[in-house]
Amino acid sequence: MTVHRCEVCGYEYDEQRGDPREGFPPGTSWAGVPDDWACPDCGVREKIDFVEVER
Amino acid sequence: MTATLSGRAIRSAQRPDWRDGKRYLWLIGAVVPSFLFAGWGLVNLTGFALFWWIGPIFVYVLIPLLDLAIGADPTNPPDDVVAWLEQDRYYRWVTYAFLPLQYVALVTGCWLIATHGGLGIVDKLGIAFTLGTLNGVAINTAHELGHKKEHAERWLAKIALAPTGYGHFFIEHNRGHHVRVATPDDPASSRLGESFWAFLPRTVAGSLRNGWSLESKRLRRMGKHVVSPRNDILNAWAMTVVLWAALLVAFGIGVLPYLLIQAVFGFCLLEAVNYLEHYGLLRQRLENGRWERVTPSHSWNNNNVTTNLFLYHLQRHSDHHANPTRRYQALRHFEQSPQLPSGYATMIVLSYVPPLWRRVMDPRVLAHYDGDVTRASVHPPKRDKVLSRYAQPVRHHRAA
Repeated sequence: MTVHRCEVCGYEYDEQRGDPREGFPPGTSWAGVPDDWACPDCGVREKIDFVEVER
Repeated sequence: MTATLSGRAIRSAQRPDWRDGKRYLWLIGAVVPSFLFAGWGLVNLTGFALFWWIGPIFVYVLIPLLDLAIGADPTNPPDDVVAWLEQDRYYRWVTYAFLPLQYVALVTGCWLIATHGGLGIVDKLGIAFTLGTLNGVAINTAHELGHKKEHAERWLAKIALAPTGYGHFFIEHNRGHHVRVATPDDPASSRLGESFWAFLPRTVAGSLRNGWSLESKRLRRMGKHVVSPRNDILNAWAMTVVLWAALLVAFGIGVLPYLLIQAVFGFCLLEAVNYLEHYGLLRQRLENGRWERVTPSHSWNNNNVTTNLFLYHLQRHSDHHANPTRRYQALRHFEQSPQLPSGYATMIVLSYVPPLWRRVMDPRVLAHYDGDVTRASVHPPKRDKVLSRYAQPVRHHRAA
């Protein structure tokens, strides 16, 4: 399970929790998130700009 | 990274020596809805019915004069107090305070139109335009609230948008405009050679279309039907329907034309601001086909204090696009960002007169791109005309 983070606003996508409001149920892999999906909080970074967070 | 610090950690840190000179001045923003009452008072005091028009008079005349008289303030909070400044809850309460006043003014305005004796149609129109002004300014309050991560603040944003029926704005603005800003794909970024009057229908229709498509996409991913109470555009519009229905029941069908007028005037004010925020600015296309990242060079800014206080630092627009979730009190002026010759209020007036607008702004866009018009965002229908007019580097109108 990985966590990816938007460097602009700090939003984190955690595969374990997903983001149901965005249509990604818990367990949705990062690969399952479309490339053109932008950060839901700031809209500045798109998925491919997110960085993986070491846990 | 400030986002990783908890609010408590920041609060427990020592309070900085630095003092925010604008701290109490921000309360001025919450006063906007009381214009209606000020106008009413002035009509009674002076006998001049012109004061029913106090809203437009304020935006078009008084604020530009105050900007001229008071001038600019480019000072920034020091970097190390930004996190502290953002967590200070006083600042968000200032924005919340706008909402009850906005609704009291709206109800009072409708009541005056419906029942106040001796009002002619011009006076009633004045009240409608004054309501439109304050509900248009409320779209800016909604803008500040809608960018925040707190669920409650996003909800308050919808309430502030309900009187103008512009509930789709906070979807399209946050998830559309901020992603596509200063590209040809963004309906809310205006182009060199595009007049405000050409931009207005394009942005109104385009933003509606994009907002709807973004929200339908989200709902489809969720496995929900597009027509669902979870649809944030539909539930925001539902607030408008309920609000307007209540006003019509209370004050009669006679207020409907005035409600329509105030709504249209309100969102046209917002769209005029959209028009001047990114005029002619363009992100360059990278070799991999993506647009370069948004930088401070992709928004027009201004530091005039008066407009900045009334619009919660919206004119520090480059920092807003770099950090959309950052709270207004902590937005900074960037030295390298393009600057408008005057505050947004003055520029709105200018935008209504396209030849004047072009005369003031086109040279600034060209100067920003070192005279190379091909680097600007050019309005496609006017492309040949604009290119032939500006093919030569401009030497004299260099922006200050």
